Amino acid sequence: MNIILTMIRLAVRALLAYKVRSLLTMLGIIIGIGSVIVMISVGRGAHESIQRQIQSLGANMLMIFSGSSQKGGVRAGFGSAPTLSVRDAQAIERECPSTLYVSYVLGTSAQLVAGKKNWGTRVWGTTSNYNQVRDWQVQDGEFITDQQVRSASSVVILGSSVAENLFDPGEQAVGQQIRIKNMPFRIIGVMQARGRTPSGQDQDDTVLVPYTTMSRKLVPNRLPGVVHFIMVSAQSQDLVEVLKQEVEELLRQRHKIIPGMTDDFTVRTLDEYANMAGETTNTMTLLLTAVAAISLLVGGIGIMNIMLVSVTERTREIGIRMAVGARRRDILLQFLIEAMVISIIGGILGTVVGIVTAMIVSGLAGWVAIVGLDSIILATLFSGAVGIFFGFYPARKASCLDPIEALRYE
Amino acid sequence: MDSPVIRFQGAKKIYPMSGETVEALKGVDINIYSGELVAIMGPSGSGKSTLMHIAGLLDSLTEGKYWFDGEDVSFISRDQQADIRNKKIGFIFQSFNLLARCTAQENVELPMLYQRPAPSNLHQKSMEALRMVGMENRSSHLPSQLSGGQQQRVAIARALINDPTLIMADEPTGNLDTKTGKEIMNTLAALHKNGITVIIVTHDHEVGQATQRRIFLRDGLIEKDEKQAQVSGLIVS
Repeated sequence: MNIILTMIRLAVRALLAYKVRSLLTMLGIIIGIGSVIVMISVGRGAHESIQRQIQSLGANMLMIFSGSSQKGGVRAGFGSAPTLSVRDAQAIERECPSTLYVSYVLGTSAQLVAGKKNWGTRVWGTTSNYNQVRDWQVQDGEFITDQQVRSASSVVILGSSVAENLFDPGEQAVGQQIRIKNMPFRIIGVMQARGRTPSGQDQDDTVLVPYTTMSRKLVPNRLPGVVHFIMVSAQSQDLVEVLKQEVEELLRQRHKIIPGMTDDFTVRTLDEYANMAGETTNTMTLLLTAVAAISLLVGGIGIMNIMLVSVTERTREIGIRMAVGARRRDILLQFLIEAMVISIIGGILGTVVGIVTAMIVSGLAGWVAIVGLDSIILATLFSGAVGIFFGFYPARKASCLDPIEALRYE
Repeated sequence: MDSPVIRFQGAKKIYPMSGETVEALKGVDINIYSGELVAIMGPSGSGKSTLMHIAGLLDSLTEGKYWFDGEDVSFISRDQQADIRNKKIGFIFQSFNLLARCTAQENVELPMLYQRPAPSNLHQKSMEALRMVGMENRSSHLPSQLSGGQQQRVAIARALINDPTLIMADEPTGNLDTKTGKEIMNTLAALHKNGITVIIVTHDHEVGQATQRRIFLRDGLIEKDEKQAQVSGLIVS
């Protein structure tokens, strides 16, 4: 133990004797470990924020899309065939026991006009419990009521982005009139800001009207009772998968789909969204892993190079140590420890650089960087391993020197 | 006299050198007994350095036998050689060979680092050794802050630290002025008086005069092995 402590002390002293050289040697390790730390912490932060975004779609929610229309072999994609209806939604509410809330939407794009300002956005016709399914509250005013849905009232709820674009800051939007497709609508509420979806859409750039208003006034030529998608929330998180099966079974029955036929609808849970979103972060992780691997390799070669120089420079010292009784193993250990000290100090500096970089990157990208103790320990162990791997050859070379030759070396 | 510390029998060393072979030792028989102060002398190329390296277990014989401290060490491994060097031999070199980045005390402690099992009272022992050579107030100096004579004293302290059976000095005064050289020789003589076997390799006849026994080598063979009752006045006690 004594000898190892002494060797560490000597190694640090040797490093301090050539500060610039040591720092340059460490640079590769610093960059390598730095990118490992950035990779882990930003990757984790990104994952966390994606999870939060997905949760923001609604708690324990299922999305049911109408299936792809198929005409002569051309499949147009989800939502292109009007296979889902208000009756399906009502049946789910009635017959699926795990259901908590059901809501459905029918959408169109429209130009909104408020005074002299106008804004193009997506308009959704929906029901009075849309805000409960999406777990999304109004900030000002009130949400659409059942009464307003029944009577197809010309009322509208604005997403916060739309409110910002149509009204000046501080101006009260609730109670004002806007025009959608040239029809007057009274603003009864503004939703809380929700941010972006995992796919990057601004959830706040949207307005909501009663479903009936949408189907009768804004898109009157659509088939009656058709919806774009149905949202169902389960009573608890554990019941999400159960609910998915219940819904699938019910809809197959209602749509008369026999085994072997393709469903004309698709049920998605939020977990499935999470998995899709994970692929984006995976690509980024892969890229940073490659950067980290390359810089650790380059850094390791740098260490090997400087250790070879060091062995040559200190040939006489090696001879002296051998003369006073150092075994080959002692010399090997000494140079290995030096290589490890370089790479571990590099690793520690790299960790600091990585944490700072992760914070800057996450600040710019709007993510939270999560730096765990485990990633710091991992980085330190990894840099130590680089030191051992790339320090071994020079250390072995030192330990195989002939003591007489080494003592004679000038 | 008891059994020899060093006993060579038919010692031969052959080096391969650019295709040819050089016979540095051509069959040498020597016995050096415990407590002797011996000078190995001879011109360069006589084989005295080779003999010292082999006697000091820094190198091995090509042919012949070598017993060190009663043990046959003719064909032992490098690690075994290292262990014997560590425990039983102290080296003193012409160019002092101190570690430049270590203090005097750390240099003295160096052999103890490689001792198995690790010794306990490292600092106390090294201070004691420095005191023996009169360097106790220079313990935290670096070699560059010491004069040649002082560096050689530190080197002697280092050679003494593990209580060796044998001190092997290779031209110990070669890099020193006459006065300092004498002081170093006095120190070595004092060690000899304490019962340590000392071998000095030198081509300096004055140094040779200070020993009881001189072995002259020439062309890899012993030319002369003489004992002198009267040691020269070089040593002032």
